[in-house]
Amino acid sequence: MKDAGRFAGLVVLVWLGAVPAVAQEPSETLRWGGDAEGGAPFVEADPNDPTRLVGFEVEIAQLLSNGLGRTPRFVQVGFTSLDAAAVRGDFDVGLSGIEDSPARRARLAVTIPYYEFREILTVREADAARYRTLADLRGRRVATLGSTLAYDLLIEAQGRHGVLPVTYEDDVHPYSDLALGRVDAVLLDDVLAERGVRRNPGLFNQPTSVGVGYYVGILAPANTQLRDRINEILREAMRDGRLEAIFRRWNMWDQHQPALYARLTNQTTELPPPQTTAQLTTWEAARRYLPALLNAAVITVVLSSLSMMLAIVVGVLIASGRVYGPAALRAVLTAWVEIIRGTPLLLQLFVLYFGLATVVQLPAFLAALIGLGLNYGAYESEIYRSALEAVPRGQLDAARTLGFNDRQTLLLVRGPQAFRLALAPMTNDFVALLKDSSLVSVITVVELTKQTSIFAANIGSWLVPGLMCAAMYLMLSLPLARLARRIERTWQRA
Amino acid sequence: MVLDVRGIQVVRENRRVIHDLSFSASRGECLALMGPSGSGKTTVLRAIAGLDPFTTGAVIVVDVQLTGGRIPHHVARRLHRRVGMVFQFHHLFAHMTALQNVWLAPVHVYGEPRGEAEARARRLLEKVGVGHRGEAFPHQLSGGEAQRVAIARALAVNPPLLLMDEPTASLDPARRGDLAATLHELTRDGTTVVISTHDADFARQCAARVLLLEDGRIRPTT
Repeated sequence: MKDAGRFAGLVVLVWLGAVPAVAQEPSETLRWGGDAEGGAPFVEADPNDPTRLVGFEVEIAQLLSNGLGRTPRFVQVGFTSLDAAAVRGDFDVGLSGIEDSPARRARLAVTIPYYEFREILTVREADAARYRTLADLRGRRVATLGSTLAYDLLIEAQGRHGVLPVTYEDDVHPYSDLALGRVDAVLLDDVLAERGVRRNPGLFNQPTSVGVGYYVGILAPANTQLRDRINEILREAMRDGRLEAIFRRWNMWDQHQPALYARLTNQTTELPPPQTTAQLTTWEAARRYLPALLNAAVITVVLSSLSMMLAIVVGVLIASGRVYGPAALRAVLTAWVEIIRGTPLLLQLFVLYFGLATVVQLPAFLAALIGLGLNYGAYESEIYRSALEAVPRGQLDAARTLGFNDRQTLLLVRGPQAFRLALAPMTNDFVALLKDSSLVSVITVVELTKQTSIFAANIGSWLVPGLMCAAMYLMLSLPLARLARRIERTWQRA
Repeated sequence: MVLDVRGIQVVRENRRVIHDLSFSASRGECLALMGPSGSGKTTVLRAIAGLDPFTTGAVIVVDVQLTGGRIPHHVARRLHRRVGMVFQFHHLFAHMTALQNVWLAPVHVYGEPRGEAEARARRLLEKVGVGHRGEAFPHQLSGGEAQRVAIARALAVNPPLLLMDEPTASLDPARRGDLAATLHELTRDGTTVVISTHDADFARQCAARVLLLEDGRIRPTT
């Protein structure tokens, strides 16, 4: 107890010491946030020296730092968390191929655009003549990144042309899945489309653009002074050709940029209007998103229930093998359980969906079901094994003297008693699985959490979507816990 | 002869716990193995029931002969038709009613139709005096009731030999008298009963013969 108190004191001291250290960051540093997972040409680790970052955003950060008389320092933030991190003040400016949008302008201090991009439709070469526009893709799966202008355009096209949007968490797998035939087209920035076609032979970028967007820098809403300084530096760099030089180095300079720069440097107009869906009030947005959230909740329930059934079957088989099987089988099953429990579920989902894609192309939902089922099956097996071993020896002796063989003893005596012991931890696991099912969004399954994250990104706030999502998870998990308690009570009475 | 134990030895963790033990019991006889705790009474019963192996010697139950070591599956199956066992702590199946405990083996091991087995189970529970407790679960039964259900369960496959380990451990004096009466009735019907007990009064009350066991050997009676 004394030790615990001393430890708590130490933690407080460290924390108190750490807070001023963060708050008093020397003003000579420009902390710029980005996602190095985005890769070239945005930000990526230099292949020749992975400790160094390269990309046009890195050079823009350097340009801004030079103008401000500061030293750039990179802060790694996941792409979908950049807005929230800006509000929290995790960095001074975010630069990571961030798109201009009304939600961002309403919630953050946004710089003038420094690059104009086109939304481009990428298809397989064989389909180049068939799928020229979104209207040609009725009933077809079209991939994109969630929470982007391209996603908004796809949602609009879903209503108008009946395309089926498929969202990814990264901008690499949409193109590899297009090459594999899992989707029929990809809609993303021309910058990403060029890279996708370069990396995946057999893909083709349609020449007509579907929409226009702009990359901007983002800052905390109160940081307008720094934003205005950055705007001045960007305008100056547009005039003297430094920005052009950067984009030429990365082969991104095209005929659209001079026109954009001319507009921004010759006028006092702050920003060209971004092309996106109209800004809604939070409550109006909540009302509109409710059906989508309910649909996503159904997917969460169905996926979790099927995965749990698979987990139970797998768990029972593994546990039986480990209790009754020969030594060799026991060793193999033990190794399997340790491998599954010792590696992240996220990694297992990636391997199942993307890693095995060249061998077997599992549909996303099936891969999610198998991934969750096998992962939880390993945990279930441990519960069942210990429950089987917890059935008193005397019960097994009694079964033997009555003439039951091993199989009959398992089915009639040991199994039912073990199942009662396992029920409470099983219910816990099911509630945990319900929440872990949110991880499957990395393999394009849009379940409750993913849908909420899209909703939050579009309205620029997590508060209402987060509360709605939490309420739905609770509505799913609380009855389950109640049901389990009821069954346990009934069985205890029995 | 229903039971013939011929010179069995039991070794546990390199220690001999039963030494060259021989005895027999005939049809309808009640035999008591008496001795202090640790004298090997339960070990002998478990060896006869085929639960624990013995190293040398033989056990013959009616027409089934066990020799030392692991018991083959087909021998065990025949043995369990001939030997019923009532454990000191009864070991009733905790998730089943008294009635289910009794008809489970006849139906699932010996293929008796469920209706017939259930009717016979009710009659057996009546016979041992707990007919009114058929729907109760084991944790709802008193020690005496649980023991009677365990006897009914062991008798459900009509074994010629019934083994009972410390049957008076959980009984008050009145219930001991009832048990002795039940055992008399069983032996009168031709069932051979072997009980292990350290209760001398009970042994004398119900057994025709008493064998004194000490350190795994039969002590010669003086």
